[in-house]
Amino acid sequence: MFADFPFLSILTLLPLVGAIVVALIPRQKSELAKTVALGWSLVVLVLSVVMWIAFKTGGDRFQFHESYAWIPSWDARFTFAADGIALVMLMLIAILFPVVILASWHDVEQSKRSAPAYFALLLVFEFTMIGVFAAADVFLFYVFFEVMLIPMYFIIGSFGGQRRQYAAVKFFLYSLVGGLFMLAAVIGLWVVGGNTFDFGKLTEIAGSIDQNTARWLFLGFFVAFAIKAPFFPFHTWLPDAGGAAPAGAAALLVGVMDKVGTFGILRYCLPLFPEASRWFAPAALVLGVIGIIYAALLAVGQNDLKRLVSYTSIAHFGFIGIGIFAFTSQAGTGSVLYMVNHGLATGLLFIVVGMFVARRGSNLISDFGGAGKLVPVLAGVFFFAGLASLALPGTAPFISEFLVLIGTFTVHPAYAVVATGGIILAAAYVLWMVQRTTQGTLNPALTEVPEMRKDITLREKVVVAPLILLIILLGFYPKPVTDVINPAVQATMQDVGVQDPGPTAVVANERVAR
Amino acid sequence: MGDLQLPSIDYGALLPMLILFGAACVGILVEVFTPRRSRNVVQVTLAFGAIAAAFVAVIVQHNTRKITIGGAVAIDGPTVFLQGALLVLGAVSLMLIAERSIERGGPFVSQAAITVGSQKDLKQAGDQSGATEVYPLTIFALGGMLLFVAANDLLTMFVALEVFSLPLYLLCALARRRRLLSQEAALKYFLLGSYASAFFLFGVALLYGFAGGIKLSDVHEAVANPQRSQVLLYGGLALIAIGLLFKAALAPFHVWTPDVYQGAPTPITALMAACTKVAAFGALLRILYVAFDGVRWDFQPVLGTIAVLTMLVGAVLAITQTDMKRLLAYSSVANAGYLLVGVLALNEEGLSSTMFYLVAYGFSVLAAFGIVTLVRDADGEATHLARWAGLGRKSPLFAAAFTFILLAFAGIPLTSGFTSKFAVFGAAIEGGQTWLVVFGVITSMLLAFPYLRVVVLLWLSEPGESTPTVSIPGFMTSAALVIGVAATFALGVVPAPLIDLTRDAAQFVR
Repeated sequence: MFADFPFLSILTLLPLVGAIVVALIPRQKSELAKTVALGWSLVVLVLSVVMWIAFKTGGDRFQFHESYAWIPSWDARFTFAADGIALVMLMLIAILFPVVILASWHDVEQSKRSAPAYFALLLVFEFTMIGVFAAADVFLFYVFFEVMLIPMYFIIGSFGGQRRQYAAVKFFLYSLVGGLFMLAAVIGLWVVGGNTFDFGKLTEIAGSIDQNTARWLFLGFFVAFAIKAPFFPFHTWLPDAGGAAPAGAAALLVGVMDKVGTFGILRYCLPLFPEASRWFAPAALVLGVIGIIYAALLAVGQNDLKRLVSYTSIAHFGFIGIGIFAFTSQAGTGSVLYMVNHGLATGLLFIVVGMFVARRGSNLISDFGGAGKLVPVLAGVFFFAGLASLALPGTAPFISEFLVLIGTFTVHPAYAVVATGGIILAAAYVLWMVQRTTQGTLNPALTEVPEMRKDITLREKVVVAPLILLIILLGFYPKPVTDVINPAVQATMQDVGVQDPGPTAVVANERVAR
Repeated sequence: MGDLQLPSIDYGALLPMLILFGAACVGILVEVFTPRRSRNVVQVTLAFGAIAAAFVAVIVQHNTRKITIGGAVAIDGPTVFLQGALLVLGAVSLMLIAERSIERGGPFVSQAAITVGSQKDLKQAGDQSGATEVYPLTIFALGGMLLFVAANDLLTMFVALEVFSLPLYLLCALARRRRLLSQEAALKYFLLGSYASAFFLFGVALLYGFAGGIKLSDVHEAVANPQRSQVLLYGGLALIAIGLLFKAALAPFHVWTPDVYQGAPTPITALMAACTKVAAFGALLRILYVAFDGVRWDFQPVLGTIAVLTMLVGAVLAITQTDMKRLLAYSSVANAGYLLVGVLALNEEGLSSTMFYLVAYGFSVLAAFGIVTLVRDADGEATHLARWAGLGRKSPLFAAAFTFILLAFAGIPLTSGFTSKFAVFGAAIEGGQTWLVVFGVITSMLLAFPYLRVVVLLWLSEPGESTPTVSIPGFMTSAALVIGVAATFALGVVPAPLIDLTRDAAQFVR
């Protein structure tokens, strides 16, 4: 019944309109601005849910196709379409934004900045995020890929914590460097691909690109996505940006924005340059495995909560990376599922860390200690978020991590074995973090901070509840999501031209289904 | 000696230039016969009227494809397009030049020759009336540029070069504030410009020796069937190129740019950055595409090296600047490099994308310098970068506009900076010049840094005691800013109409 409704273009534009409305609200009426922003993001959520229902599982790979003329002489069009991978990411965005807006309710009041500006920037950011996942035109994708830097740059730079200027500039320059590599590749692709940007047309001619050229073009795209994700060794901007950004924005940064990198690899690198993808896969796998171990080790040593969470995120992106480049359908499905689950789990962890930081006024673990005695419920939520992000069975990330590992093991046992070591390190950094902040003897300095005596508020409960519910629900019953992801991943693997080895795939799929 | 054959002259095709030159001459008479009080109004009306009339004349010619007045002037697609662009950009520059409400008497001094700091000078500083001869000078310069992009023989090109350069030398020296800097800039520009003209003229002489004619088509034929020494050809090409590269501010002939851009009155800097670029690249395109098409394999690597050098020099030196006008000057050097990348594609795409880039960049740079004229303290414009710290808090609207222009220079999508870079890079790859694009991308990364530094200063730094105020612009400057910013946005979001226009125009007549 909804098949012809222009979901994607409306979904993309809606937050932009909301941003303009919020920006026009005068500075004094900050409550009104917040309410409008929250309401607007909820409307986006409702529309996304309707779209999810309208998506035909097992139907065409790309659905909700829309196309409008833009620059005819370059054959660049406003083309939108979503496959299962894009759909779940759009859903994640729609869920995380209202949560983050509610979580950031009092963020601006600490700085003397304007609340309407902050929430307008968040909505602009949502606009660019939805656009980048909904685009099915390489030019349009590139436009969103670059433009999304600008709201995040101002969010970090104007509303962040210490060293925010440094972090904002580093974030912007890293991403821009990646983006310019991609620009060169996009132009190159346009020239060798017969002067078109249409994703459908480009996949048709993908095999005919000269091998050497395709490898260079792949590299241009891959570097941009590897910086965005970030993969080792392009990761150094993330701890700075994640450490300096307001907690809610940091949750969006790692929860949604970084997924553009892995999504881009799945959507553009693999189908457009299949031969080059296979050729570069060993290198990408090595980078992924190094990232898992190296970032986990760094996370163990962090004393700054937000930086620590940023490093855990880099380790998780290592898992997503090896899942993608293992080229099996379980590993691929696991990776996409991981992208969703990581958004929920790390998003929750960042938001809870933000609640602690807002109370204590410090990011440093050493400024906490025994906080659980003062705020037991909040500490409990923190513990849960930590367990989810170390992929405890029963939480959603477990299933995705498991799928990635078995999917990788069938083809590259060595990498899978090393990556499994990352799980042990994950337990180490999460448990140590929880122990040093909330367990043990009470840090006497904490009792002197009046805010630390205030346990979780109603607003904060409303913020964390949907994320906790989803993490548990998807931990026991991921089928609705995997059913959407699976066909899209299999189609992508077909584009790359690889087959699943032996019968293990069947077993794994059954396990997921159960 | 038989009877002299007079060439046929198509006055309609020459009308835009005739209107401008005529109006400029009338402007000089206005200086003489109009009372001082009403002089400014009359001059402004005359100048805008002339530009509007010339623009209409250009529009009427939009389908003309012919060579007239004995082969001296070619009216073809690129000519019509570039003349239209020059007139529009010139009109916007003229708005900045005509602004009188920001400073008493405007940015120009009426008697620049008075010794700086003398009694007479102090008296003049308090004087209401500024220079009004800037209007005829500007119109002369614009007329010269219109002829420059249309010139179809080397001598006409040289004459046009002088016609538009001489008024610019003068205009550079007329700043009301920081007079010594302004006069030094003018002298530097004049001396170096004269050298460049001399090189150009010597090149013309050598090519005359090589081709036996000065028409571009003569050179083209001689290149195809050389009758005389190739030394004359390459020597002539090199010398002519030096003259043009100087005007276009390409390394290593760019050294005048930062000094002149800094010293000249800011509206004149804007005029040079927008219109001189169009004129210089218009002529470069015509010379390379029409006359020297046959030796493209010989000059492509040399000019390619110059493009890379220009981009690198502009980008690296922009990073080290502490003055806003100098920063924009080095940024304009780097942009000249990107333009040359488009030129060197040497295909139809290259021609159309370069023309697109010229227009897009022109609007952005006009808006940028327009904002520079507004950020002032008691001593005039506050151009030191440190003074701009925290301006975003004091005047968010102007800081936002400037940020937008900087993002355009950095090539962020949804600005004209992105579409135009995309167009020239695409053309260059299609023309087999991938290595130039690689350098273009690398220098874009470098260039992002200085722009971003300014954005950080504007928004993320706290305003200090010495942060200047942003003057409330008069109608003229407001209009110029709105046009510049709106064009930068429009060409970034809906570039299709202008791209189509440049594509339709991308065919030289020979």
